[in-house]
Amino acid sequence: MTMLFNQFRWLHDNGILGINHRNTEFTLRYNSRRLYPLVDDKLRTKEIAQRHGLKVPELYAVVSETHQIRNIENILKNHKDFVIKPARGSGGNGICVIVASNGTLYRKAGGELLDAEALRFHFSNILSGMFSLGGQNDRAMIEYRVRFDPVFEHISYQGVPDIRIIVFNGIPVMAMVRLPTRDSGGRANLHQGAVGAGVDLATGRTLTAVMKNRLISIHPDTGSDISGIIIPYWDQLLRQAAAAKELTGLGYLGVDMVIDRNLGPLVLELNARPGLSIQIANQSGLLPRLKAIEKLETDEMTIESRVAFAKTHFPSSISRNGAN
Amino acid sequence: MSRLHLYVLTSTLVCLGIAIFLYRVLAFGFPLVPHEHGQVWLVETHISFLAQDKPVKIKMYVPRQGAEHRITNENFISREYGMHIRKGGDNRWVNWSIREAQGLQHLYYTATVTAGGGVPLIALETPPPADTKLWTGSRRAAVNAIVTVARDRSSDASNLTIELLKELNQSPPSDEVLLLLGKKPLPEDKAALAVELLAIAGVNARVVHGIQLGEQRREAPIVHWLEIFHNSHWGAYNVTTAEKGMNANYLAWWRGNRPLITASGTNNVQANFSIMASRPLALQAAVEAGRDKHPLFVTFSLFGLPLESQAVYQILLLVPIGALVMVLLRNVVGLRTFGTFMPVLIALAFRETRLVWGLALFTILVALGLSIRLYLEHLKLLVVPRLAAILTAVVILMLTFSMVTHKLGLERGLSVALFPMVIMTMAIERMSVVWDETGPFEAVLQGWGTLMAAALVYLVMGIPLIGHLVFTFPELLFVVLAVILLLGRYTGYRLTELRRFKALIRGFQTSSSGDDNVV
Repeated sequence: MTMLFNQFRWLHDNGILGINHRNTEFTLRYNSRRLYPLVDDKLRTKEIAQRHGLKVPELYAVVSETHQIRNIENILKNHKDFVIKPARGSGGNGICVIVASNGTLYRKAGGELLDAEALRFHFSNILSGMFSLGGQNDRAMIEYRVRFDPVFEHISYQGVPDIRIIVFNGIPVMAMVRLPTRDSGGRANLHQGAVGAGVDLATGRTLTAVMKNRLISIHPDTGSDISGIIIPYWDQLLRQAAAAKELTGLGYLGVDMVIDRNLGPLVLELNARPGLSIQIANQSGLLPRLKAIEKLETDEMTIESRVAFAKTHFPSSISRNGAN
Repeated sequence: MSRLHLYVLTSTLVCLGIAIFLYRVLAFGFPLVPHEHGQVWLVETHISFLAQDKPVKIKMYVPRQGAEHRITNENFISREYGMHIRKGGDNRWVNWSIREAQGLQHLYYTATVTAGGGVPLIALETPPPADTKLWTGSRRAAVNAIVTVARDRSSDASNLTIELLKELNQSPPSDEVLLLLGKKPLPEDKAALAVELLAIAGVNARVVHGIQLGEQRREAPIVHWLEIFHNSHWGAYNVTTAEKGMNANYLAWWRGNRPLITASGTNNVQANFSIMASRPLALQAAVEAGRDKHPLFVTFSLFGLPLESQAVYQILLLVPIGALVMVLLRNVVGLRTFGTFMPVLIALAFRETRLVWGLALFTILVALGLSIRLYLEHLKLLVVPRLAAILTAVVILMLTFSMVTHKLGLERGLSVALFPMVIMTMAIERMSVVWDETGPFEAVLQGWGTLMAAALVYLVMGIPLIGHLVFTFPELLFVVLAVILLLGRYTGYRLTELRRFKALIRGFQTSSSGDDNVV
């Protein structure tokens, strides 16, 4: 019993944010419910991101009616590779990455071949709401397939690594890179077994990593060292994340981005209830940083000053410890 | 601001709940703990029939004072009907009449029955010998054969009765009994035949109809006994076991071979008996006291409702308690379950099936449903037809299960029908989606969590003290509501988050202190 209490004490003293605390004090307070549709529907997110001048993966087509599925080959014929996503999907479910096609057969990222019939079934599952929250009807989006930056070549397996930055009142608070593994099936979701590596906000350098709640330092599939990698375009990524506040009006959110080798940083999606594992990947608690921001008058701050604030006030304690 | 608001609201709710609660305890003496041997029952007969614009006359038997029970506080709820109570022989009945009535009519008879302290029923004079029915042909031969055999085996009227009843209950039945009673005789048929047979043997007998007082029931069946006049008093015999003596807590309602209700001017009169136990004398007294001082208090309390609704509320009032347990399990412990309140609904079903059977039935049903669902995955069906298919499969499974357990003599298996099947279907569907996406481990884990939560909710809702408190003092729900509201702003860690952040705790301590063994 005392051990339990000590552990709770420890979490509290180190400013680890728990799920109840996140919900009551941050998402419920700073995220107005009526703004949720903006981020729950990836098509709307894409639209407003583009309007604010942020770069997003190009949208090829939207399938929203069942009859469109019948001539899906026609819709897809101009694209050799693409990604199919449910607009309201969550947790990476229902995403299908096609790396090559010849008009009749489609090869998935894992190497599996699909015929048009299998593809049609996937579309109809998306439209009938199999992957959406609450099972409501959904739309399927077909978009540009990201070719990730070579910097991640040795530390990801199959899928595309993405960068998650938690933003509070427009100020970046904490960041991590999510690296797909064989366990996660090429998906970049931590609960599915992807690796999460903390990133130092000041420098964009990767820190230690966590996989399935265990600390690791090398990628389980490639064997390469995860920490110490400098993420390119770091300032641009921070600026895009900070801009998400003006984009959505949400006070507390997670911004997911990818780095394309030709196009640079692209915004993938926004999340109004970002997870808490980022604290494990960074080996630090969110609470002290969030409380520091709550004391600020952020409304008057420009994006540049918000990014500067994050870089000076939230450098990783781990990187400093590492230097000792 | 919102915190202050919440604290004001919850403290108001708590004060309100506690104030009403204390007032009722201190001023009226409502009992705080359930009475273990609350030998008081409220019995209600609800009669309904369709009137057709004609004069209606209803005669219904009502119980009279007996040796084992005292009847107090009788109520006849009949609005504009004329009402007379008559007595005759050992029976008592009420006559209801009305010149003109239309539509569905409801009449109620309610009585408070207290165990013990009654007046024993003494037969003042020897009843006249019973008339014997005229039997003819093969039936006459059968009747004589049964009576002769029984008479040969017995020495007095009591033995004779026991022998006769044994004969009637023999399995397989003798040819004579088969001829007279048919293949599947009801207890009342046996009782009626026994009366006839005893009359031939010169013993004065009659059928007693009544109800078994016990746990609360909403549709209590009529139970039939046999009484014979012997040694100048009436002695009772169980019709099916042929044992002498009356069951404890049996309330005789009427005697003889007439039906409970005779009606003119209408037909198809429905009668339903409800019994409600565990209303101790102290509580009864408190309600009475309240009625005198503050009529409104009783009018706006559960005790003013008809018995049938009271029985419903005894269950409904426990639902918020179950919800509170779920809040604790999910937000404080961090248990993952399928659906937020599904465990509460399952726990309600457990009340009928009992815990062990409930757990077994649920597990079997979900496991079978899940295998069907995983098979359907191969067929690549659209979502809604697939859900409908699982729902249908679940109903078929329930049906099969009921039939198999019935054949095996496990009557509890029939209670599978009480599981909320739409909810089961959703559970199966969600479980299979989790199975597909995050693997069997997570799916089984969440299924297990759901089951454990349901069992815990069932156990908590089954604590007699809690049941008594919420039913006697529904105002305590204000306090429950306040606690739920407060938990709505609970910011502490969940118990399961310790596990989640374990890597963090370990990593932190090694990197900051360099000591591996500190956790």
